Amino acid sequence: MDATILGAAVINGLLLGGSYALVAVGLTLIYGVLHIINFAHGSMLMLAMYGAYFLLVKAKIDPYAAIPLMALVMYAGGYVLYRGVIGRFSQGRDENILLITLGLSIVLENVALFFFTGDSRNITVSYSDRMVALGPALVPLPKLVSFAASLALCAALAWFIARTDTGRAIRAVAKERHGARLVGIDVEKTFAVSYGIGIACLGAAACLLIPTFYVSPSVGHLFVIVAFTIVVLGGMGSFVGALLGALIIGLTESLSGLLLGEALGQIGISLIFILILLFRPTGIFNK
Amino acid sequence: MNWKIPAGLLVVALAYPFIFRSNFAINFGVLVLFFALIGQSWNLAGGFGGQLSFGHAVFFGTGAYCSTILQLKLGWNPWLGLAASAAAGALVGALIAALSFRFGLRGSYFALITLAFAEAFRILTNAVEFTGGGLGLLIPLKRGAANFQFAERIGFYYTILALTALSIGIAIWLKRSRFGARIAAIRENEDAARALGIDTYREKVKVMALSGSLCALGGTFYAQYYLYIDPSLAFGVDKSVEMLLVSMIGGTGTVYGPLIGSFLITLVGEYTRAVTNAQGLSLIIYGGLLILIIGFLPNGLVDLFKLRRRSKARA
Repeated sequence: MDATILGAAVINGLLLGGSYALVAVGLTLIYGVLHIINFAHGSMLMLAMYGAYFLLVKAKIDPYAAIPLMALVMYAGGYVLYRGVIGRFSQGRDENILLITLGLSIVLENVALFFFTGDSRNITVSYSDRMVALGPALVPLPKLVSFAASLALCAALAWFIARTDTGRAIRAVAKERHGARLVGIDVEKTFAVSYGIGIACLGAAACLLIPTFYVSPSVGHLFVIVAFTIVVLGGMGSFVGALLGALIIGLTESLSGLLLGEALGQIGISLIFILILLFRPTGIFNK
Repeated sequence: MNWKIPAGLLVVALAYPFIFRSNFAINFGVLVLFFALIGQSWNLAGGFGGQLSFGHAVFFGTGAYCSTILQLKLGWNPWLGLAASAAAGALVGALIAALSFRFGLRGSYFALITLAFAEAFRILTNAVEFTGGGLGLLIPLKRGAANFQFAERIGFYYTILALTALSIGIAIWLKRSRFGARIAAIRENEDAARALGIDTYREKVKVMALSGSLCALGGTFYAQYYLYIDPSLAFGVDKSVEMLLVSMIGGTGTVYGPLIGSFLITLVGEYTRAVTNAQGLSLIIYGGLLILIIGFLPNGLVDLFKLRRRSKARA
């Protein structure tokens, strides 16, 4: 095979992986702390993408400038959702939480369908078509920005979790929730905060995705299996794992698309997901 | 065991097309029974067996494609195709279960792997030639009961009634049999069940095969009723979710839960379609119902009936 095509596919795959990273890190944070599988992750990303879309179309706010605002809005949304619905209705059972987040995703997706119809929409900004030469590949500038910003935000989040008091509380609750309660940490609040931060990642991710992607009520489906695959691959709850997993999955998607063709190429991710679940459900980086 | 409930329901269901003769009413009855069937198939594994599946569409699609391909490519009679589908559904169910349970997947992890299998099947049927790819398969019109294409809708009604009655019969049997008791033990506490000497792996594979087989029957019926099938209709997440909703809302692990859930969901679906053109409203209601049921009525709507009966018994 032509080395240039392969090289381009590798670079595109890594860029793709970078944009998955933030989505996956949010998911893994929620799992690591609350031990819940947030099935509503994809539909919340979809909502955030509509948010970024309308901010540009109605208020003329550039998606990149909207990152802090969208992250904040999504944080608040996640916090309230956890306090109001997920934490309240789940009665602490794993399967119940999975089903509740499934119910949430059905509701959110169809609220979007109801109000925004099923049409896919995309935006054009001045830098949409700007291309940058990167080795053998010619990549759109927004994808490069998305890759860099996504990794930078992941690093910032890792710093936040490692160094701040809130971060310490989150880690304490993730490790040992009863112990955390005993030393005076408000566990329920920390759960809601963690859930909020996980969802805030989606707010930022949406702003980074929207210049090169489209949004429709079902766009979340594209990310659900991918994000779960990444998170399981990297080890549920592991930041570094999610980051590396995202890059691996981006590469897989790009290369299997190249080798197997557009239609069959998508099967690569499902197969990896099945194999990982069967052979290493704790992730490849965990001992 | 009280035989009055199933006998009464059967009489009502048999008489229904003679009381409500319009095409709309018959179609409504077909839909209720159809969703009750696939909901019950989910319920056998997810409710009675406690094996939560997010990808039951994999069995539904297997059934739909199995009979349709046999009919279109090999000229099989669709009734024979129906039997072949049941076998194929059981096989796929047993295979997925054998793989997943051999590797010890439980709870949420099992839910995720079933989802992944359904996705893999969807992408595969979408990509290869002999399934018709993304365009799907169209069954040519050739009316005749022998060809599973009834001239009157009532023929479809009695066919799905027979299949759904079979599924409810299986659920009743499961409730009373030793096999049912064993899978209930696994659902409640798998380690304890194993300690009692139950071969948990074997029982779980068996219940998944049974569930997959019933679900595949629903798939063949769907293909014959609409004469069309494509990868998203057959293997899409929506189908998996519909089965789960019907069963969860009505009451998981109960004999009549899926029927109650299916009735409610079909009613809401047809009603919202009648009052508004906007898409999505019915699903907003289903999703909301799912959350509320898990929060307040964890055993589903069936509990409402039980509560009433219990308070009557006390009075």
